Amino acid sequence: MNLQNITLISFGYFEKTFLEQIADAVAGEFHCGLNLKEGHIDLSEFYDAGRRQYNGNSLLKYVDMIQIPEAGKTLGLFNVDLFIPILTYIFGQAFLGGRTGIASLYRLSNDRYGIIGDDGFLLDRFTKEVIHELGHTFGLIHCNQPTCVMRSSTYVEDIDQKDRHFCLKCRESIGIL
Amino acid sequence: MAKKISILIVDDEESVRESLYSWFIEDGYRVECAENARKALTILESDQFDIVLADIKMPGMDGLEMLRRIKAHKKDSIVIVMTAFATVDTAVKALKDGAFDYITKPFDPDDLTHLIRNATKQISLADENETLKSQVISLENVEDLIGNSEAMRNVLKEVENVAQTNSSVIITGESGTGKELVARAIHANSPRKFFPFVSVHCGALTESLLESELFGHEKGAFTGAMYNRKGRFEMADSGSIFLDEIATISNKMQVELLRVLESKTFIRVGGNKEISSDFRVICATNKDLKGMVEKGTFREDLFYRLNVVNIHIPPLRERKTDIPLLVDYFIKKYCISMNKSPIGIDSAALKRLQEFNFPGNIRELENMIERAIVVGDGKKISLKDLPLEKTMVSNSAESLDDFERAFILQILIKYSWNISRTAKALKVDRVTLYNKIKKYDLKPADQQ
Repeated sequence: MNLQNITLISFGYFEKTFLEQIADAVAGEFHCGLNLKEGHIDLSEFYDAGRRQYNGNSLLKYVDMIQIPEAGKTLGLFNVDLFIPILTYIFGQAFLGGRTGIASLYRLSNDRYGIIGDDGFLLDRFTKEVIHELGHTFGLIHCNQPTCVMRSSTYVEDIDQKDRHFCLKCRESIGIL
Repeated sequence: MAKKISILIVDDEESVRESLYSWFIEDGYRVECAENARKALTILESDQFDIVLADIKMPGMDGLEMLRRIKAHKKDSIVIVMTAFATVDTAVKALKDGAFDYITKPFDPDDLTHLIRNATKQISLADENETLKSQVISLENVEDLIGNSEAMRNVLKEVENVAQTNSSVIITGESGTGKELVARAIHANSPRKFFPFVSVHCGALTESLLESELFGHEKGAFTGAMYNRKGRFEMADSGSIFLDEIATISNKMQVELLRVLESKTFIRVGGNKEISSDFRVICATNKDLKGMVEKGTFREDLFYRLNVVNIHIPPLRERKTDIPLLVDYFIKKYCISMNKSPIGIDSAALKRLQEFNFPGNIRELENMIERAIVVGDGKKISLKDLPLEKTMVSNSAESLDDFERAFILQILIKYSWNISRTAKALKVDRVTLYNKIKKYDLKPADQQ
């Protein structure tokens, strides 16, 4: 399988070096070309005042509609609190086997939980989340290997328990051996 | 191959169906949706589902009526009801009518995952018939746990035996022997495998962080605590908690730990509700805990609570026959992660690795192979790619002559047997070097 180019589009403010580090890690993991773009969006359209959160389903569809020439997979990067109607929050989501996903930095920061911030943790967690959602766009489902990046994580420290990398089986599945 | 669990989602709200569909599909379940109870019952006539997740309040036939009809048709069906406004009455009614459980919208992702895992566990238990039970259960594969030596086979046998029990386990062994991997293998082969394996590196926790880290805290418990945060014990509910470097915890921590292990209950910081958690404890240490108990630096009661089963992982030097397997595995692993074509290792390099004592154990071997792939020519790992020069001497030398022989050999290898460069590096003349080579009968690997 030929892996296609990946495009990461940041919506909202992100440190340039932070994004570059994410991009390097993603390109290294998928062994494919990577574009880093900046997107502009009126997030108020996606805000749910009742929940004081942003609708992840609508944002995913919005990013999916953005046409980027030669982009194989596209992932929207956000720094807002995402939800889907049935869940209290999500870290990200993607179309399984599709071309689009989204991930948010918002709930990955220690600061949100009253713990001293740690930039290293934040970068590591977001990198894993980005690779994880992209993995879904390549058709990967959640993996049972304890350290595989495709393992499901439902709370923030759960993300710390896994690696940034795919296990051998997941690599094989998407042809990056 | 494991059976794929199927889930039927019944809800009149499209956004709910859509969200749950995406969530479960990513988990690898077979998922179908129905927008009302009648349609769900029609689907169930022609297809079987392991779990039905149904909203209570729907136009036409409600979820409770649908539950009753499903149960009348198939008593052991697992039906979970969802409700936006949970009342005790509704919950009691649903459970009385045979619902497996109920959940209030919107769900915490972790609660939903736990609920479905509980249901999945029930299904797997029900599916376990006598034939399956009598089959030899092979260990669930845990990547990285490599070895076929007798010592390693004994460890794997112990893992297999202890995995099925609920006993606390202490894994002992030198640094770098793979204690956490063994802990993961125990978890992955236990009935708790559907639930989290939570790892805590006790050595990295200060006492002040302990409370919040292990017990969690409530939203608003202190400045900046915007959300509730689960502690490690709570995260490990129904699963296993791995306490690494257990010997490093302070006396105060030992008392706290003992209390939680005995009661399996705790209160989050800033909270007032007692939370109970069903976890299995697996600990690891490279220290002599028994000796610490004798010296009074580790509590005896805690030691006996933790040390129900002890698994000792031998150092790599005691299972050198595993080295070729480990080398193969690490080469494959790092060639993949560095996007390099698979390479081999020449026999001299492999022989040298098998002679080495590896004070840092598997971790040291892994680092060596990683480095060799980075610095090597991309074809085959050879002696010059292995950083054995400095460390090897101290491990193999038993006399001054041994030391000198090993040291000269390493420098010769480093300079590819170029006598002039080696002599210069050793700060001796070429004649002296030739004499030493003769004295110690040193030969390049390809002439041995």
